[in-house]
Amino acid sequence: MAPVTARNIFKKFDDVLAVNGMSLTVPDGEFMVLLGPSGCGKTTFLRIVCGLERQTSGDLIIGGNLVNDIPPRARGVAMMFQSYGLYPHYTVRNNIAFPLKTQHVSRGEIDKKVNWAASLLGISHLLDRRPRQLSGGERQRVALARALVREPTALLLDEPLSNLDAKMRASARQDIRQFQQRVGITTIYVTHDQVEAMGMGDRIAVIDHGRIRQVGTPVEIYEDPADRFVATFVGTPPMNLVARNGGYLGFRPENFLPKEMINGSDAAEFSFRVDRSEYLGSERIVYGVLDGFNPAEVIAAKLPPAHVAEESIRPGEWHRFAVRRGALRYFDANGKRAMSH
Amino acid sequence: MVSIAEPVVKPAPRYRFLLDRRDVLGGVLVAPAILYVLLLVGLPFLLAVYYSVSAYTIYDPSWRFVGLSNFRQIVQNPVFQDTLANTFLFTFGSQFLGLVLGKFGALLLLRQFPGRKIVRALIILPWAVPIALATVAWEWMFDSLYSVINWSLISLGVITRSDAPNWLGNPHLAMLCVIVVNAWRFFPFAIVIFLAGMTSIPQDVIDAATVDGAGFWRRNYQIVLPMILPIVAVGLIFGIVFTFTDLSVVFLLTKGGPVNATSVLGFEGFQVGIVSGDVSHGAAISLFMLPVLFFVVIGMLHFIRRREI
Repeated sequence: MAPVTARNIFKKFDDVLAVNGMSLTVPDGEFMVLLGPSGCGKTTFLRIVCGLERQTSGDLIIGGNLVNDIPPRARGVAMMFQSYGLYPHYTVRNNIAFPLKTQHVSRGEIDKKVNWAASLLGISHLLDRRPRQLSGGERQRVALARALVREPTALLLDEPLSNLDAKMRASARQDIRQFQQRVGITTIYVTHDQVEAMGMGDRIAVIDHGRIRQVGTPVEIYEDPADRFVATFVGTPPMNLVARNGGYLGFRPENFLPKEMINGSDAAEFSFRVDRSEYLGSERIVYGVLDGFNPAEVIAAKLPPAHVAEESIRPGEWHRFAVRRGALRYFDANGKRAMSH
Repeated sequence: MVSIAEPVVKPAPRYRFLLDRRDVLGGVLVAPAILYVLLLVGLPFLLAVYYSVSAYTIYDPSWRFVGLSNFRQIVQNPVFQDTLANTFLFTFGSQFLGLVLGKFGALLLLRQFPGRKIVRALIILPWAVPIALATVAWEWMFDSLYSVINWSLISLGVITRSDAPNWLGNPHLAMLCVIVVNAWRFFPFAIVIFLAGMTSIPQDVIDAATVDGAGFWRRNYQIVLPMILPIVAVGLIFGIVFTFTDLSVVFLLTKGGPVNATSVLGFEGFQVGIVSGDVSHGAAISLFMLPVLFFVVIGMLHFIRRREI
């Protein structure tokens, strides 16, 4: 277990700048999620941390040691890959034992540790099978067991759930998180799925175009996005943004409510024309435009429970909607967060 | 009530869509291959079997049946015994050398470097150049007087003129020469096989092994090689079968000499059966390849099935 620190990491592939000056500190035992759209550089950053890629410049410190020129095998980190990278010609037992064999651990010790890792992940009954005989969820557990068996200083996970179906993903999310808390290992988890990021991370680093836009707890990321990118990348539907006074005004769809729902006078009122209504079972989302604003800016409102079942707010109608002042967010002309206009 | 006339059923022409039927089209497409094998492989093979148990020579073309005496005679012949041993040495030596060269070549060609496409194209040359042409070039390189290898070694000071090796004149060196030339022919094929196998391994597996602490050699021998083994084994079966039955390099480079040191089954069968006209003994010698190849192929296929992943 060890903290991981990256200082001003750059990575250039030919003429593409994949990582553009990323600095990040992951304290010992933290579950850090790197969240960003595909191609934003998050996987490249992870590969730099484990040593599969060499950064063009910048320093990487794992457990107090500068590891810039240390090969992957000596860094003591474990990585779990998107498609798991299991060795198809080995049994599950030998897959899990492989990282120990490379460290010349004695045979008795290997058996002990393989059994420990397998029972930790509940795959003891699969030890003599081969990867192709396993389901997606089982493969994922084998990959995790293989990553953990040599008790790495840090665990790196590259979109580990993307090969699972939706139902499996929910339970695997739970498993990984619980497991990480039990072992207490420093973890860096890469994903493009904000549900995973919000649900699992102690902290989230939102990344775009090779830069970290914001680092914070899920609440901070959601409630106080540092810029327009973070505001619109996190949340479904994303934060509504409308141009105003040379800057932008933002508010979350769930804070954009029919006026009668808001008590007190400290609210911004809008005239809202509903164009489309989506019924999603537990919630209803309506889309429309605001009177007096650019009609190209489509605004979403997540209706409160009372409005979900009956269609009291119908397409084509104008309604009075409002947002509490405390729920309004301001961004300047460059998209950076501002306190007010 | 309106009565509706029974619709007229137009009979479809029965044979018009004959070639659209899978079973018919399949037969038509596979027929040339089967005919080819039956006429040009099956018939000569049966003929060879018959010759080998007869006393047929071109001087006395009688079809007299002599049982297995031809086989008994050739097995007792020391020249044949040497030939059989040579064939194994030649086959497995050149295959081994070719595979090693192929593996290294494939590793090199997997790397990015300027001009890689040209090198990839050029590396196929030994395989594509007519063997007669290539062997003439090799023959000059091994020539007793003008060998470019010897002259290079002499001017580098490694050897002196008096102890320059006579490549094709020394029995052991001659064997080495035919093996090297055959490996040189085979290795582009091995490179292609290795490249196909290695590019099919998912990058995640290689990366996982790297992070798991495996260095270059461990990755190669514990991850990459076992994963591409089924493909390599198929390539090796082809290599063994073709080399075991081949006589071109030996025929062109050494003519089996010196003193039968490089004689192989194909060459010996040709010498005895065609050149000397003793067709029945030649056929018996050639038929000796059959059980060997049969067991090699069965063994390899069994091995592949066991390693299937």
